[in-house]
Parts: sequence; structure tokens; C-alpha cells
Amino acid sequence: MSQTQGTQPFVLFDNVQKSYDGITLVVKSFNLGIDKGEFITLLGPSGSGKTTCLMMLAGFETATHGDIFLDGRSINNIPPHKRGIGMVFQNYALFPHMTVAENLAFPLEVRGFSKAEREDKVRKVLDMVQMDKFGGRRPAQLSGGQQQRIALARALVFEPSLVLMDEPLGALDKQLREHMQFEIKHLHEKLGITVVYVTHDQSEALTMSDRIAVFNDGIVQQLAKPADLYERPTNAFVAQFIGENNKLKGRVKTLTGDTALVEFADGQQAEALAVNCKGVGQPTLCSIRPERVRIGSQASLYATEGQVIELIYLGDHIRCRMSVYGDDSFIVKIPNAGDGTMLSVGQTIKVGWDKNDCRALDA
Amino acid sequence: MKLPIYASTGQKVWYYSFRVICGLIFFFLIAPILIIIPLSFNATDFFTFTPEMLRLQPEGYSLKHYQDFFTNSDWQNAMRNSLKIAPVATLIAVVLGTIAAIGLSQSHVPFRRAIMATLISPMIVPLIISATGMYFFYARLGNYMVGTIGMNADVVEYIKIVLAHAALGIPFVIITVTATLVSFDRSLTRAAASMGAGPVRTFFKVQMPLIIPGVISGGLFAFITSFDEVVVVMFVGSAKNKTLPWQMFTGLREQISPTILAVATILVVLSVILLVTLELLRRRSERLRGLSPG
Repeated sequence: MSQTQGTQPFVLFDNVQKSYDGITLVVKSFNLGIDKGEFITLLGPSGSGKTTCLMMLAGFETATHGDIFLDGRSINNIPPHKRGIGMVFQNYALFPHMTVAENLAFPLEVRGFSKAEREDKVRKVLDMVQMDKFGGRRPAQLSGGQQQRIALARALVFEPSLVLMDEPLGALDKQLREHMQFEIKHLHEKLGITVVYVTHDQSEALTMSDRIAVFNDGIVQQLAKPADLYERPTNAFVAQFIGENNKLKGRVKTLTGDTALVEFADGQQAEALAVNCKGVGQPTLCSIRPERVRIGSQASLYATEGQVIELIYLGDHIRCRMSVYGDDSFIVKIPNAGDGTMLSVGQTIKVGWDKNDCRALDA
Repeated sequence: MKLPIYASTGQKVWYYSFRVICGLIFFFLIAPILIIIPLSFNATDFFTFTPEMLRLQPEGYSLKHYQDFFTNSDWQNAMRNSLKIAPVATLIAVVLGTIAAIGLSQSHVPFRRAIMATLISPMIVPLIISATGMYFFYARLGNYMVGTIGMNADVVEYIKIVLAHAALGIPFVIITVTATLVSFDRSLTRAAASMGAGPVRTFFKVQMPLIIPGVISGGLFAFITSFDEVVVVMFVGSAKNKTLPWQMFTGLREQISPTILAVATILVVLSVILLVTLELLRRRSERLRGLSPG
């Protein structure tokens, strides 16, 4: 990749590889450009290499191969403490022997701010995370959520332009986590900082990010906006990892333009949107979101017959497991519209979907 | 622990005999130390309880052995030597031991176990063997320093004893510091680095305050090792550098003077004061760090 100034993104991973033992690559070939002010999430299951990428950006791991650029400069040879990147750690990493105010003043002290400036900035940042009364406490005297806020404040107090977050909400309960997601999102918008966020929680990624890089097996499977990622996954892993998904195994019969005719296990055929299928005669996996499936009279296009196997009442919707194209784990979400559409187990009903919602992916 | 209401006869018997055994262990540990305290106030020059003492008559007791300790030049010299050697040996042991413990706790260091075993071997090898080895090693080194470099013989001797004692103290520091490092969260040093602190600042501002209890107790062990040590100092040192334990040993062998008992009592009291102070300091620092409720 060329290094022309001005056109280069704020953070750039250029063909970065990482191996701990010299044999297996944890990160195989990582290319990512992050613009100033963007909120990027690295999402993936544990062991997918996402945290390693974050640690390489922070400087705690060195890249085995490739370059990382920050603001147009290669930072491979810059030690972590000279990179000026704020970081929020999974376990908060607050200094237990210092009070909250001392924790927050630490990065300012390092940078040689005067006492008055330090106190002023600490007060402002405590205000920002709504913890202004807790400056004199020690971290052990705070709850998990409060410690989280202080860790966030400490990463922001020295006004870095780039902040890294390594699963910062992992230890909080669900309600608090959702609350903090919005708070981090709002802080990001307010301060205009660039955030690189690591998580394995897909709903967290969808809620907060401008763009998401889905990791698996050391490579980025897809880099896209949250909506694109959900609506238009480009491979089977992403389709499966983001949200719930029906996977119909089949074989490509014919391929015309972006339409693939797929033959399923029971011999039936249907058209699907060819996204990532290898060619005629090759196996493919058709992905359909459960909420995009229509049943009964609403099922118009590409309709087939399905047999109801199981019904689960969930209040706002009813989960219906059926047998479609010989696959017994086909899920349909039926909204509870109150119109009296009642199904019964064993019933055979028409099932259909829009051709574009059935995506033929790699198998 | 209270005896539960459903305890069987066997459990009851064990419950009481356990207490008796514990009491006996304490008695055998402490009685020999406590017995010297009244004996040190003996008015006679023997190691015995006189009939006057047993009848608790004032004339049976005196402070003459304490007076002897504080006025006799032999004892005063020995005291001075001990106080000159132990703190310096402790300082060296603490600095080197702490650095070694931190280095050996990093996962990327090769041969960690072998290095660790070597460093703590002075604690395991019988003292007389260490002492013999040190004698030959420091004899050569001392000869070189005095003969070739032309250093003062007394200074060289002092250096030899201090170094030998530091080597004996290092294992204690390594063990106690390694133990505190186990609970030290590595992400704290990363956090400090992400905030711009260099390695030196991170060490003194973040790591050191958190491992200080281990460093202090290691230092205490190292100090006591040096202060109590009699074998190595006899091999490596000379009569000029006679330490307190050496003087006590000589006193026992040559004159059996009850002054030894007075010295022993003073040392016991000093040790107790030292330990209590340290424990109070440790509790205070734990409270400050919010590790235990105030």
C-alpha cells in the first residue's frame, strides 16, 4: 500500500501478521484503515486474533510482519508509553494504591501538567462520567460499574485522539452494560475521538460501531457497517456469527447473473442471491434470517411447503421450528400480531421469502 | 471453632486433645526463650535460679549483667560491628533480591527454574558448606584486593562479610517478593504505559508500592539472617569484625557469663518490637489500599 500523505487513514494496519510461536499465525493478514473520529469494533470469538491486533496497536505486542501506521507514521518501533494512545482494559486496571483522583491525575503527572491544571482536568473528567463525588475513594470501594467509569475517564483525561477498549463491559451485568454502551457511544460523539473497540458480543458491536470488522481464524471475514453486516453477510461465518440465521445446505445447479439456482438435500430447487458461491456444481450454504421468512397466505415468492415441528411462545413473537427442504432446524419468527394466525404442531404450511433475502454463501 | 452438638465421643476426645497438643507445641517453642528473661536479672554470675530469686526477694535480682553489656568494650564493639554489617547486607540483599524476583517472574526469561534454584541455594545448602566455600572464595578475592589493588585490609574484611551476608539474605527476599508478585496484576504496568509512563516511573509509582509488603518482610528476614549469623562470619571475618552472635558464642565457650542472657533478652525484645511495628505498618498499608476493611 502506498504511503501518500493526506489520503492515508488515521490508523492503518498494512498486511500485519502475528505469530507467538513462529509456526502458527494468530493474525494472518490484517489490513484495516481507520478514519479520524470513527468507532471501529473488532468482533470475533475468543482466539480469533482480535485482541492481539489491539495489543499490537497499543504496542504491547510486536507485529511479526507488516506495518502499523498512526497519523501517517509507522509506530512499529515506538514503545507503548510514547504512542499517546488511551486504553481501557478488560479488568479496568485501576491502581489500587491510589485514590480515584490520583488515578486520573497519573497520566497528567507523567505529561508534566501543573497541580492546578491537573486538578482542573480531573474535576472536569469526573464530571463527564458523573462521578464527581468519588474523587477521594479508592478503587476497591467502588462498584464494578463505577470502576468502569473511572477507567474510561482515565483513558480520556489526557485527551488522546485514539482510545482502545478491550472488552471493557465484559464484567458488568446486562442492564449496566447496555447503559454503558450508550454512554460510551455518546462520549465518542461528543469528544470526536477515534475508538477501536474489541468485543465478542455482537449486539454490543451492532449498537455502538460505525464499522465492524468480524474476525475469525486470524483473518477479517467482513468489514462493514452494522446494518450491512446483518443484512448482507458475505460469508457463512459472518451470517452465522451475527444474529440468528437459517442455513440450508445445497448445491449450485445453474448460475445466471447474480441468481443461483440451488438444489437442496431433498431434491427441491429454489433461486437465491449468489453472493459467495464458488460455481456450478459446488456446495453452497443458503442463509435466510428467521424474521424474513413469510408463512401461509403472506408467502408469495419462492414458496415451498414446511412442516411445523415445534412452537415456542415468546410474547412478542412466536418461534416456530419447521422442516424446510429437508432441514429440521429451520426457524421462523412469527410476529404476535394478534390476528389469530394459529399454527399447530404437525401442520404443513406454505413458506416463502424474497429471493434477495436468501443468500447463497460459501459452504 | 465450637464443638458441634452432634459430635461423637471420638470427635470430643480429639477436640480436647488437639488443644492440648497445640498448647504443648507453643510451650516447647516459647519456654526456652522466656526462661532466659528472668535469668538475665540474676544477681550471681551463674546460669542458675538462686534460692533468693525463687523466693522473689529483691536482693536476688540485679541489672549488673546489663550494665556489663553496656560498659564492656568487647560487647560494645561486637554490637557496633553487627549494626554496621547487618543494615548494609540487608540493603544489598533487598535490592538484588527484588530485581531478581521481578526478572524471574517474567514468562519470557529462559531457564527461570534453574536460575531460581541457584539463587535460593544458600538457603538450602548446609551453612557450614556455604561458609567453607565462601572462605576460599573470599580469601582469594581479599588477597587480590589488599595485595594488588592496595585496599585497606579492614575495609576489605568488612566488604567480604557484607557480601557474604547479602548472599545469605537474597533467597529470603526472592521468595517473599515472588510470592507478592503472584497477586500483582500485570495489566497495571500496561495501563501505566498506555498513560505515557516509562518503565522506571512505572516501577517506582505502580509496581513498587504494591509489592512493598513482600520487599519489607524479605528485608526483615535478610536483616535477621545477618544479625544472627555466626558460622560464615567466623570463616570469612577476623577478630576485628567480631559480631554480636560471635561474641555470644565466644562468651559461652570461654566464660559462660550471664551477660549473654542480658544480650539475648535485649535481642528478643528488639525482635518483638520490630515485628510488631512491621505488622502494624503492613495493616496500615493494606487499609490504605482498600484491601481490607478499616
